[in-house]
Amino acid sequence: MTRKGDLFSFARFLGVLVKEFIQMKRDRVTFGMMIGIPVMQLLLFGYAIDTDPHNLPTLVEVADESPVVRSLTAAMDTSDYFDFIGIVTSADEGEEALKDGTASVVLTVPPEFERDMIRGLTPEILLTVDASDPVAAGGAIGAMSGVVETAMAQSLTGPLAGAAATPAPFDLVVHRAFNAEQQTSTNIVPGLLAIILSMTMILITAVAIVRESEKGTMESLIATPVLAAEVMLGKILPYVFVGYVQTFVFLLAARALFDVPFSGSFLAFFAGFNLYIVVNLAIGFLVSTVARTQMQAMQLSFFTILPTVLLSGFMFPFAAMPGWAQALGTAIPATHFLRLVRKVMLKGAGFPEVASNMAAIAVILLVVVVVALRRYRQTLD
Amino acid sequence: MSRDLAISVKGLTKIFGDRKVVDGFDMEVEKGTIYGFLGPNGSGKTTTIRMMCGLLTPDGGEGHCLGLDIIRDSRAIKKRVGYMTQKFSLYEDLTIAENLDFVARMFGMKNRKAIVAEAVRDLGLEGRAGQLAGTLSGGWKQRLALAACMIHDPDLLLLDEPTAGVDPKARRDFWNEIRRLAARGVTVLVSTHYMDEAVQCDHIAYIAYGKKLIDGAAGDIPGQIGLSTFVVTGPELTALEDRLEAEGAAGQVIRFGAELHVSGTDRAALQALAERERALGTHEWGEKKAGLEEAFIYLMAGAKDNFGAEVLA
Repeated sequence: MTRKGDLFSFARFLGVLVKEFIQMKRDRVTFGMMIGIPVMQLLLFGYAIDTDPHNLPTLVEVADESPVVRSLTAAMDTSDYFDFIGIVTSADEGEEALKDGTASVVLTVPPEFERDMIRGLTPEILLTVDASDPVAAGGAIGAMSGVVETAMAQSLTGPLAGAAATPAPFDLVVHRAFNAEQQTSTNIVPGLLAIILSMTMILITAVAIVRESEKGTMESLIATPVLAAEVMLGKILPYVFVGYVQTFVFLLAARALFDVPFSGSFLAFFAGFNLYIVVNLAIGFLVSTVARTQMQAMQLSFFTILPTVLLSGFMFPFAAMPGWAQALGTAIPATHFLRLVRKVMLKGAGFPEVASNMAAIAVILLVVVVVALRRYRQTLD
Repeated sequence: MSRDLAISVKGLTKIFGDRKVVDGFDMEVEKGTIYGFLGPNGSGKTTTIRMMCGLLTPDGGEGHCLGLDIIRDSRAIKKRVGYMTQKFSLYEDLTIAENLDFVARMFGMKNRKAIVAEAVRDLGLEGRAGQLAGTLSGGWKQRLALAACMIHDPDLLLLDEPTAGVDPKARRDFWNEIRRLAARGVTVLVSTHYMDEAVQCDHIAYIAYGKKLIDGAAGDIPGQIGLSTFVVTGPELTALEDRLEAEGAAGQVIRFGAELHVSGTDRAALQALAERERALGTHEWGEKKAGLEEAFIYLMAGAKDNFGAEVLA
């Protein structure tokens, strides 16, 4: 359908772009929000969200007063994960405390623990954790293995050194592969970037486009020789710029406030980041073809935010989700960008490691663009 | 033949869902004329105008606009047509100058600065070029919108109810401007539902429920319908109006201030009615030439009945 005069005009595209920037500049509140919200959220969530539990109220039921056990409980107490609040004498008492919430953790050491251990009988230490808060429980269990190692290394010396070689008699096998990820904020902060970019890009694009048809200005606009592509690019590009500003501010704050490392290839990050911005703009564009009013556009955009937060692996571990939820999560661009950012920022990855994530985002982009363009053609008439 | 026609369309049809919004519409507009497009709300005026300037693709029919095919050459048409929407459709958060500049960019004007400055000067808004369009009064918004759709010097202006909600003084100014443009050779198609604006037009088409009911020179329309009108004056007109309406024989009875206009297409019947009433001696009955207003009210009443029947059928 290319005819004379149907060629993309840079002048018209520039006209739309300039207009969009002027409007953005005039709308102080929105502009402030675009820059202010990422910073506020970074501060709020960066400091507030901490999946590492601290000072969990802990009860002990110790039937063996040996040096090994003392060293273990001392290590727990100094770890600041656990906060000993008392001693119980029976299992029932401990259970009661867990039930009413006065304690989150109960440590039970069986009688003759040290003697059995030296004899190589691998006795068991029971760590009962209130699992109604799975995140806190997971953290406590994870912390425990570290604590045990420390305690054993300290106490099993001299004549007891032989026992130290045998594996620790606990089935608390929680392995944290990357030391960096033990700090919650270093994990949360890159994730937040994915969420905030997604949120603002989708919402702002959708609203900006719908505003044009809601206010009736679209009618005048399409009565001019301007092409749909010129309008779309001209309207979207300013928000790409916003995305850049947001990310820049974000990375700066992440570095300054949370000491989040950036150990990988910046180029890989930059490429993935651009792809991610474009896919979110495309989703915003798709939303705008469905919504008739700015209010609807806003509500629809919000619907996309919750799954992004919950299913992308930002809030909850992706691997822990059931298969169907993982499938849903795979369709969300944030899932892949999140992995990409964590890989690059925390694990020092480069292009080869993130290629699969970028490919996944590209596939989503393709699908969204095809659907959005098909819908756009319909709404013009 | 089509050389001196700015618009020539035949059988134009547009269907939204299962409703024929425009149904087999024919129209010819001569170059350099002011063509009035009348009809009640929802009669399909806006849809017809949108089809003519390429904003909507017709579901049926064909036509030419400035010698260009309305279906195939819609982009070429857009470059030579100025379209002013019913609702103010410039950017309220841009200034007057920025709005004009934006439109000039969209039409790829070369010397934008000079054109915008001239447009601002013509508007008489030199000191206020930096004012946000959203803060203008209704009348000024209309004038700005007109200036914006004239910025690329189009040959044809399509104005969709340009004076809706504008005060009488601003409406008068607006029409003066339109006449000035027409004198320069611009063809103007303007939709309205004000009778006083209809009489300003060289030619009028009346549309209702997507169908053109009549068209002609403004003065010819009542004659085309064959409408006769008697003017009644005297005391207690309201009582008389009620009585005549209840009787139903009088055709159309409309109150115009201190006068009652009784109209119908059967002149003999009206005359008989007048004779009977004159005999009572309470009211003066005098025959006059039917005006546009009576003609359009007559058309509108007729169309409504037709439509009602169609719906029931």
